[in-house]
Amino acid sequence: MSYHIVVCGSIVPDPLQTLEPVTGPQGPALKNEMMLPAVLDPWAGHALYEAANLAKNVPDSKVWLVSLGPKAKLQQVMMNVAQKVPFELVVLDGPSGGFTEAEEVAAHLAKAIESIDGLDKSKLLLFGGWQSASRGTGAVMQIVGETLGIVDQFQGVDKLEPQADGSMQVKERMEGGSYLVSTLSAPPAVFGWATGTLPEPPNNPQVGMQNMRFIMPAIQKAQPAQVGAAGVEFKSVELPAQRRETRVVKDVPAADIAREIVDWIKG
Amino acid sequence: MENQAPETPRASMDVDIVCVGFGPATAAFLTHLSRALVDENGQPLADSKAMPGMPPQVICYERADDISFGVSGIVTKGRAIKASFPDLDLSQIPMAAPVTEEKVVYLQDPIGASRKGSGMKAFEKILGLTAKKDAQGMELPFIPDFLAKHEGFVMSMGQFQQWVGSQVMGSGLVQVWPGSPVAEPLVEGKAVKGVRLADQGVDKQGEPDAAYMPGMDIHAQLTVLGDGPYGPVGRQLDRKIGTPDGHHARDWAVGMKMVVELPQGCELKPGTVLHTIGYPEPEIFGFLYVYPDNIASLGIFVPSWFDSPVRTAYRYLQHWMMHPYLWRYLEGGTMRSWGAKSLQESGKRGEPFLVGDGYARIGEGSGSTNVLTNSGVDEAWATGSMLAEAVIELMREGKEFTKENLEQTYVKRRRESWVEKESTMAGKARDGFQKGVLQGFIGTGMTGFTKGKLSWPSQIKKPYERIPTLEKYYEGRIPADEIESIRQETQTKGLPLHNALMTRAGWPEIPYDGQLLVSHQDALLMGGKVQAAPGYADHVRFVRPETCEKCRERVCIEACSGQAIMSNPDGGVPVFDREKCIHCGACLWNCSKAHPTDPERTNVDFKAGSGGLHSVEN
Repeated sequence: MSYHIVVCGSIVPDPLQTLEPVTGPQGPALKNEMMLPAVLDPWAGHALYEAANLAKNVPDSKVWLVSLGPKAKLQQVMMNVAQKVPFELVVLDGPSGGFTEAEEVAAHLAKAIESIDGLDKSKLLLFGGWQSASRGTGAVMQIVGETLGIVDQFQGVDKLEPQADGSMQVKERMEGGSYLVSTLSAPPAVFGWATGTLPEPPNNPQVGMQNMRFIMPAIQKAQPAQVGAAGVEFKSVELPAQRRETRVVKDVPAADIAREIVDWIKG
Repeated sequence: MENQAPETPRASMDVDIVCVGFGPATAAFLTHLSRALVDENGQPLADSKAMPGMPPQVICYERADDISFGVSGIVTKGRAIKASFPDLDLSQIPMAAPVTEEKVVYLQDPIGASRKGSGMKAFEKILGLTAKKDAQGMELPFIPDFLAKHEGFVMSMGQFQQWVGSQVMGSGLVQVWPGSPVAEPLVEGKAVKGVRLADQGVDKQGEPDAAYMPGMDIHAQLTVLGDGPYGPVGRQLDRKIGTPDGHHARDWAVGMKMVVELPQGCELKPGTVLHTIGYPEPEIFGFLYVYPDNIASLGIFVPSWFDSPVRTAYRYLQHWMMHPYLWRYLEGGTMRSWGAKSLQESGKRGEPFLVGDGYARIGEGSGSTNVLTNSGVDEAWATGSMLAEAVIELMREGKEFTKENLEQTYVKRRRESWVEKESTMAGKARDGFQKGVLQGFIGTGMTGFTKGKLSWPSQIKKPYERIPTLEKYYEGRIPADEIESIRQETQTKGLPLHNALMTRAGWPEIPYDGQLLVSHQDALLMGGKVQAAPGYADHVRFVRPETCEKCRERVCIEACSGQAIMSNPDGGVPVFDREKCIHCGACLWNCSKAHPTDPERTNVDFKAGSGGLHSVEN
């Protein structure tokens, strides 16, 4: 048994950056979003590295990365990602800001997956992030799967192990630190990954060179995908609440500082 | 299970051209080369020797995590950049604007803590007779031609590199790989055969650890070294093959800067350029460039001839910002990003062997920075353009990248260029600063107005030879026994000395506002967004630890831009934290002790490392 693994993953602003929501002509946006450095969505990253690891261990398997985002930004991020693991890129040129309707994004992704040359749906494992760092709803993967007619879906996946009989064992996160272990008899299936179990792979220049053969043509062939949120009214947009109170103190014992922090956390 | 790591084979890969570092010089090289690699009919300029049947394979490895994490706010005439982009439209590049107003301002000391000798005080009095006085600043009545940038523009290096990089990579003909530090050049005799990437999956000492992956050897017909002012690969090559007689890199400065969102209603217009001298110390120069949308880039330069063992750029930057002349514009502003980098200010005097069999040097590390005109980015860009033209010529004629061929093409172009003419003129412009600030200003003027015919004569000392003891530096201001008690106290707390000593010497505490005036650690978090990828070795090493144990100045701690080198509370060698390093290279020349075997080096070694700043606005 071999697998055709399609990973849906886009880019998000580097999580180290300071983000500021603003209202633009098209609705809500992030201030200077095109100027901010971008990274592969961390959730999608886990999915991609798990996909590559699975493909490496199951002969004749193949990995595609389907990415919807601004073409120029994707190109820049791919120069980092492409050194990590082998994949073939499919690019949709459109906004990746997160102020978009999950259904619209999913429709474009599903259409792009349908048109991948040589994709065998009977071998298809559809990977993606369970969540997204781009203000996502966590619904895209589910809708893509449904659009493609894939009924077996797993969300919050941390482990996927092929079994000797061709089936796969899946571990999904549950409440309270528990896992739900399921057995999937055969593809196709959708897997929304949590963090998986693998570290980020090291940079490998040979993998990078190999990927480049596909990346540049994919970027040049990128289809426009003008996803948005037509008809949606945003009542308000705000960042997760942060409190920053700078106070300079001198000669205070560490125990007192620790006590003050604990009191502050308790509210 | 036995550790198999040492048996992991070192892989190798063949390309035609490998570049080290994606700064402005390499960006120019790749811009021009990518335009010529394939003609309008799709025919390659030459056949790849690494991959026959393909166009030449050109790869660039960049240490930082992104191609746009360079640090520099720039004002430039932009002659070379404009020549590369004749239709340059600055509105297409974020944070760029034509120069609209330019001033040189002498800042008087509003605090009384600044060190000024009698010469400087006399200079200030004379200047006061002609200068326009404003908010304890004196605006010079004119800007000398050699310094003026009237026809130029201001921009952010990060944004410019991002703009250029996307075009270069968009061509599909060259590859730029960030997050890929290069460990060393591959040298055979005096020929360079490529580069070795840094090992991954190693511990702090570089020993194999989990997921060990030896750095790959990249073999190339031509290795282009554009790894910057303190490029570890370039410096290693210098050590292996030597440098031209009499050439040395002894003049340095660290530039520390912020990108600031100016307060609403700030009257500074885009394109405004301010150069400052005189404060917070006579040796420290400052700059402020205003971009569109109420954003400014500002900072200071702390030079190697500022003979202070506690030359912290960070606290001085804060005192400089709070000078009344500047604070009236900045008060209420917000820090958006922050960073620092060293500048190699030896210019032509620091020029290495520009070419050899299989290699060429471009950019600041090749001695292109001009210390008379205070210009480096455009000169670096010009050197990259010239190398591209040379490489295109050699490829077209099917010639090898030998020393002789590169001399007849690249070096010849460079010697006939305006960069060469102007850097030769500027060669001794700053020599006077070796004697004193006033002599430095006079010497710079002499050199500028006589087009290099005259300069203030002096011997150029090695940076470590200039650093006095703390007791000597604070003589007459802080008694030796008090310095010793401050030394003991800060050592116990694992802190640098400079804050305590500066406060004791009369500098007021910084009134943190949480937005613009923040602690050094907060600057790393809010402005630098510093990060280090796991699995790499420490790139800062203390060559002979026993020398550090006995050291009583520890300038490396005081001058560290990211507080990555700190005092060890248990005594002994300073501790280095890779997670905080912003790769400014200041530790390399901010050390008061000579290297055990090489008098041109110090006891600190600085290698290529991963991580650092995560801002594209610098």
